[in-house]
Parts: sequence; C-alpha cells; structure tokens
Amino acid sequence: MLAQQLVNGILLGATYALFALGFTLMFGVLRVINLTYGFYFTAGGFVAWYLTTRLGVGLALALPAAAVAAGAIAVVLDTLLLRRLRRARAGELASLMVTLGAVLALYAGMTALLGPDIRRLPPDVIGTGALVLGPVRVTQAQLLILGASVVLAAALVWLVRFSRLGLGIRAVAENPDVAGLMGIDAARIAALVSFVSGALAGAGGVLIGLAFNAIHPYMGEAMMLRGFVVIIMGGLGDIFGALLAGLLLGVVEVLTAGYLDSGLKEAVGFALLVLVLWTRPAGLFGRPVARRA
Amino acid sequence: MTALEVAGLTVAYGATEALRGIDLAVAEGETVCLLGANGAGKTTTLRALSGQVRPRAGHIRLGGADITALAPHRIVRRGLVQVPEGRQVFAGLTVAENLTLGAWTLRDPAEAARRRERVLARFPRLRERLHQPAGALSGGEQQMLAIGRALMAGPRLLLLDEPSMGLAPLMVAEIFAVIAELKAERVTLLLVEQNAAAALAVADRAYVLETGRITLSGPAWRVAKDPGVIAAYLGG
Repeated sequence: MLAQQLVNGILLGATYALFALGFTLMFGVLRVINLTYGFYFTAGGFVAWYLTTRLGVGLALALPAAAVAAGAIAVVLDTLLLRRLRRARAGELASLMVTLGAVLALYAGMTALLGPDIRRLPPDVIGTGALVLGPVRVTQAQLLILGASVVLAAALVWLVRFSRLGLGIRAVAENPDVAGLMGIDAARIAALVSFVSGALAGAGGVLIGLAFNAIHPYMGEAMMLRGFVVIIMGGLGDIFGALLAGLLLGVVEVLTAGYLDSGLKEAVGFALLVLVLWTRPAGLFGRPVARRA
Repeated sequence: MTALEVAGLTVAYGATEALRGIDLAVAEGETVCLLGANGAGKTTTLRALSGQVRPRAGHIRLGGADITALAPHRIVRRGLVQVPEGRQVFAGLTVAENLTLGAWTLRDPAEAARRRERVLARFPRLRERLHQPAGALSGGEQQMLAIGRALMAGPRLLLLDEPSMGLAPLMVAEIFAVIAELKAERVTLLLVEQNAAAALAVADRAYVLETGRITLSGPAWRVAKDPGVIAAYLGG
C-alpha cells in the first residue's frame, strides 16, 4: 500500500515539477509573475483533446503538437501583455494585475466558447496495460508521464546550463541591459523563454488530462496554486528546486489523500509551503538570489 | 578616416534635457576623452551611442553608417562596444562565461578562442580565476574582466565609462597602463573619466561637457592647460 502510494505520488509530482519548471524559468529570466501561465496548461489539454477526438491523431503526435501550440500562445500573450511593461521597467505588481485580468478573461472566454463540461481523451489513446512490480502497479499513462517528464526536464537543464543559447538566457536573466551590450537580442531571448515555458505547461496539461482523464477550461487554475507552492518552495527561478519541490508536493498530496482525507490534500500543500518559508525563507535550497535562474 | 561622428545629439529624460545638441568625433585609431562633472551628461552620451537611450534629435554615425535608431544589440554587431560604468560583469556567471558572452556576435569559435587567448595573456589573473563566478573577483579584476569581455567582441570603437571608478590607486595605475597599451595597439577609444589628469595624459584629444553642452575641445595637452579645466578638474 505505502509503496504504491509513493509511486503514485512521485508520478503526480513529476507533472507538478514539469509544470513548475516552465513557471520558474519564466519568472527567473523575465522577472515577471505571469498568471496566464495556467492557461497554457489548459490550452495544451484542449489541443490534445481536439487532435485525438476530432482528428483521430495518436498521442505520439498530439502531445508534441499540444506543447508547441501552447508555446506559441505563450509567445503571443507575452508579446501582447508584457513586452511593453518590461520595456517601461514596470514593477512586478503591474505584470501581476495585467496577467490576472487576462487569464480570467481567457478562462471565461474559453468556457463561453466551449462550455464548462469535462472532456475526456478517447479511451484508446493509450494502452490499458500496466507494469506490475511486486506490490506496485504502474499504468501505461503513468509510464508516459514519467518518461515525458524526465526527458523534458533533462532537455531544459541541458538548454539552460550547457548550451550557448542557455548562456544567453542566463545573461538576460541576470541583467538584460548588459546582455544587450553583448549583442544579445533580449526580446528574442524573452520570446524563446516564453515558448519553452508555454510548451512545458502545455505538455503538463496533456499529461494531467491523461492521468485524471479530465480536461476542462479551469484545469489550469487549480494547477497554478500548486505551481506557486512548488516554485516558492523550490526558490523562485531555481530549476532544480522546482524539480524536487514538485516531486515532494506530489508525494505529500497522495499520502495525505491516502492516509488522512482527500479533501485535505490541497490544504497540506499550502501548510508545507508555510512550514518551508518559516524555516527557510529563500526556499528549500536557500541559495543566494544572484545565483539562481 | 572617422570612426565615430556625432552631430547635434540631444537626449531628454522627460522634460529634462541631459544632452543639448553635442557634436563629437573620434578618428580611426584615436584616443579621445570626455571630461565633465557628475551629471554633465557623460554617461548619457555613452548610453545614447550604445542605443540604450533614444536621442530626441541628432545623428550618430559609425564608420560613415547611421546607427542612431538601432537597438543596442545591433550597434554591438556593427563594432561599437561599451564597457559600462561600474563594470557590470555577470556576477553569477564564471569568468570564462563572461568572456564567451563578450564574443556573442562572433560566429567563428576558432577566432573566439584566439581572442580569448589574447585577453588571458593580457590579464593573467583572469586565467587563474577562469572558473570562478565573476562576483567573487576584486573590483580591479572585475574591471579587467569587463575590458577583456569587450575586447572579445573585436571592437572598431571601444567606449570606456569611468574605468577607474572605485578602484585602489595601484589598480587605477594598472587600468590606465592597459588603456595606454590599447592605444599603442591603435584600438579606437572613447574614454569617460573622473580622473581627468590620467585621462588627459593618455588621450590624443579631449572634450569637456558641462550641463549637456560641449564647452571646450581640442588636443589633450591644450585642454590640460586651460585655466577653467585646471580649476574644475585638475585640482588647480
């Protein structure tokens, strides 16, 4: 029982981590709290739903297509809403309010257009078989979640830490003006970071839609609360922090639902956050601000 | 041949005019210094040249081509490279990463490696600290890194904004020795300095900026003998 719960928790946590990675990257580099981030998650879920149910596309194609579509939406929204604010050096409160208004409008617009119903991916989109290891059973959907999360997280770490483009991203994160003096086009880096973040959220939307078999316009909103818990707990802008905090939150939620009460699992996430901030105000790993991102 | 030509440059922050139509030129291979009190508009001049503030009026030409309305990253690609005031190295990145970023516009890794070798030969202390975060360097070492980073771009025109600011006297002498070296190598330099004596000693020509206007210009030796300059900047 406990082994199974732990496995379920880690797999749920993997999607939280994936979702939070994009969120923390966006904050770490662009220095804005972009609340439209949850919408990319919803968008990813809906694109995958549309492709699989209406066009009969397989998941192998629908997952990357949903990620790319969500990434493109992220670039458009960032350009429309935040580019001018960044240029004017507006404070964090301005970006918070603008994106809060925008995301509420986006969810409401989507609900008006598509209805509030919960949609499901076709049952044959993924096999029903499962991997059984002693007392632990892992479904194919869970295996896909784990595989996709590991691959995407590894790709992100490689991009940011080891690629030439990643060096440019880290330079812009530290000081966009001086990055410009190096010949780096900070606006292009911002677009790239938006795309990557949006794609991670979109992929997360497909995977969560698959895990819970439920896709609806406000799914991104519930996820954003967890996103906040994870990125604050992991340390804002800290990629490894987000990975570990995501896994931790998933495990804590599943254990709470399994051993206490499933109604408590959201409260427990926030209790964990308060506890972490009490003891380590800079996040779990508490690195100095200048070294993050 | 003129490397830089500035005509009627006017910059305003809101209603306040920081620069009121200045004219300035730097010839190929020349070292020019720009003197002035705090708030005279020296840093604003460099910011306008690098495209970080948009001029209200006037023209900036680099090697004959108009660069007035270009974005900072495009100006760097044309060969105008700035070492900003306060050094502004990327503190969280290593010395090696800072140097790599200096050559961002260069698409030839072999040439970047050659340039890095030259920078490290010029500043051996950077080689010792190649894999340390730039934030861990002393002020003088950070200034060397900032200059080295700019040299990685292979500048046609190098702007230096207060390179000696906040450094210990020994380090100031070292930085001016580096500037003299660059001058001897015929690197085209535009130098903004508070340390007027040292700047006039190394420069070919000088401009004096007062509340947004050029009030005096000429060969550095002649500017150094001007009674007003002696009184205001040379502690006469």
